[in-house]
Amino acid sequence: MARSRLTPTLMARTVLAWAVALLLFFPLAFLFLTAFKTELQAIAVPPELIFSPTLESFREVHTRSDYLLFAKNSVITSVVSTLLGLLIAVPAAYSMAFFRGPRTKDILMWMLSTKMMPAVGALVPVYVLAQYSGLLDTKLALIILFMLSNLPIMVWMLYSHFKDIPPEILEAARMDGANLWQEFRRVLLPLGMGGMASTGLLCLVLSWNEAFWSLNLSSAKAGTLATLIASYSSPEGLFWAKLSAASLLAIAPIVVFGWFSQKQLVQGLTFGAVK
Amino acid sequence: MKQQAFLGLALVAALSLPSTATELVIVTVNNGHMIEMQKLGKYFEQANPGIQLKWVTLEEGVLRQRVTTDIATKGGQFDVMTIGMYETPIWGKKGWLQEIKPDAAYDVDDLLPAMRNGLSVGGKLYAVPFYGESSMLMYRKDLADKAGVQVPERPTWTQIRDLAAKIHDPKNGVYGICLRGKPGWGDNMAFLSTMVNTFGGQWFDMSWKPQIDSKPWRDAVGFYVDMMKKYGPPGSSSNSFNEILALYNQGKCGMWVDATIAASFVSDPKQSKVADKVAFAQAPTMVTPKGANWLWAWTLAIPAGSQKVEAARKFVTWATSKEYIQLVAKVEGWHAVPTGTRKSTYATPEFQKAARFAAAEKMAIDSANPNDSTLPKSPYVGVQFAAIPEFQAIGITVGQQMSAALAGKTTVDAALKASQFAAEREMKKAGYYK
Repeated sequence: MARSRLTPTLMARTVLAWAVALLLFFPLAFLFLTAFKTELQAIAVPPELIFSPTLESFREVHTRSDYLLFAKNSVITSVVSTLLGLLIAVPAAYSMAFFRGPRTKDILMWMLSTKMMPAVGALVPVYVLAQYSGLLDTKLALIILFMLSNLPIMVWMLYSHFKDIPPEILEAARMDGANLWQEFRRVLLPLGMGGMASTGLLCLVLSWNEAFWSLNLSSAKAGTLATLIASYSSPEGLFWAKLSAASLLAIAPIVVFGWFSQKQLVQGLTFGAVK
Repeated sequence: MKQQAFLGLALVAALSLPSTATELVIVTVNNGHMIEMQKLGKYFEQANPGIQLKWVTLEEGVLRQRVTTDIATKGGQFDVMTIGMYETPIWGKKGWLQEIKPDAAYDVDDLLPAMRNGLSVGGKLYAVPFYGESSMLMYRKDLADKAGVQVPERPTWTQIRDLAAKIHDPKNGVYGICLRGKPGWGDNMAFLSTMVNTFGGQWFDMSWKPQIDSKPWRDAVGFYVDMMKKYGPPGSSSNSFNEILALYNQGKCGMWVDATIAASFVSDPKQSKVADKVAFAQAPTMVTPKGANWLWAWTLAIPAGSQKVEAARKFVTWATSKEYIQLVAKVEGWHAVPTGTRKSTYATPEFQKAARFAAAEKMAIDSANPNDSTLPKSPYVGVQFAAIPEFQAIGITVGQQMSAALAGKTTVDAALKASQFAAEREMKKAGYYK
């Protein structure tokens, strides 16, 4: 590749890439800065970029809220819902990718269409169901809902990953006498690992960030970190610094996690459903 | 302080025997007084070893949505809820709330009459006030002095506009007056309703016909839009309580008419740059003093579906008692006590000394009467709202029109016409008239 010279196009592209990256990073950077300000500094216009940082807001969040309870709920609900989702989505995507029927495409479209309904439209029925089954304010209710709302995306992503695997390889395994489990374990799993990992990671992030159902179905026991953030908004009083500190504490684990798994994530997204 | 909190927590942990303790789930908003209540909850638990408190803090809009869903589906998620003065009479009438019958020690007659009236339906009390507020004028004494203006105890809107013109100095970052403009029945419409009231207007006449295209509305809204365009800060149409509080505390507003609770924030040197320069007066009037300042309370209520009514009653009467106010004063000082609920608070000399705004606040609350807040007779209860279920939707639509007029996207006349049309449709649909 003879691309080492700095051509005007390359320069323009680099500048554009940096601009987009900075634009995307800006809210996060602002959140980070605000978390270390006092409430008075946080509302200053124009915003103060140079200030002496304080941990006051973090201290306040720490004394007022049981961070570990919320964090534990977030970890359990997002991990379990992702694993459960994979358990259902992998066989579904497998059958659709390798044993296509005349209606496969329609089924896939229908699955995706369920994502088009705003969640609040289903709030009352879901709330009543949860209440009748005694699941209000339980982690199980959130796990089920996170899983269900992520399933269409999971099936779609896995479907497009599996479609890239030549069906002949699976056929050959079957010819050699492999049963369904062996076919899955020895052929599909190693070949589709990248796709499954990136699907799982994306759903983990989506579940972690989910706020609507967590806010509406939990109260004192099952709240996730999203509900912790929401509790710091105030109708009468200044709250930006404390809200930022709570947000920072809530996203920190998943940002670190995302940083370490960014290779899989990017790969999954570029090779996956949205290519 | 930390050690104390830790000891308290340890004590709570030791006392919380799961087999016998009744768990009370309390849902509330993140306002200063509620946070304080959460901190002091340990004292209640110490005095009532059989009861354990669990707190759920929600954003105001989410709280309304959650509580409504839970009540409507009889979910029973909450045993005590923080609701406002708008919901209390509506929900009480529907049978969604437990009637609250406090014992003699509670001294229910000590509650400010305006508050007690606003929270009762047919003589039955459906919620107890945790803290209450009215609206008043907060202004910069230093700027008024510089302009050579003496602000009377109850100024008129014309006087306010003249003073705004004198102190308006955008080059130095000071705007004459800051008022709410963000659309919402509890945002710009809370303020604008009081302005319409004092200009002699009302939301509905005695046959429930909306009056938004009447002369008092045109006068009030026209006055407001004109004054804000000339002497208000830029972007007023997106300002509500918190946005203006931020501006005011940075010294950018000469005057501000808003909730009396703001007085404790703007005079707090820890968060306000102008703490020593603010002074207080009653909300401005025009044609009539009736309904010129609003009345609001954050209250504690018990949903009809609660299984733990007795424990819940114990808690709500504790948190709104004289003893609780004394407790806050002992732990945090008199400046931090929840105000606007009891006569005895205002009669306490220590409180009068600690809170410079006490007298003005008491006068504002006493003068607000939710049953008689408009010049022509009105069929509804409420000063800055009409306590009927349809009001929320109407208030939001009208609020959007007013905000658009303030932003210059439409004219005042067009906005009022559109508002009247929307309100009429809503009221007809609900069957108030044909």
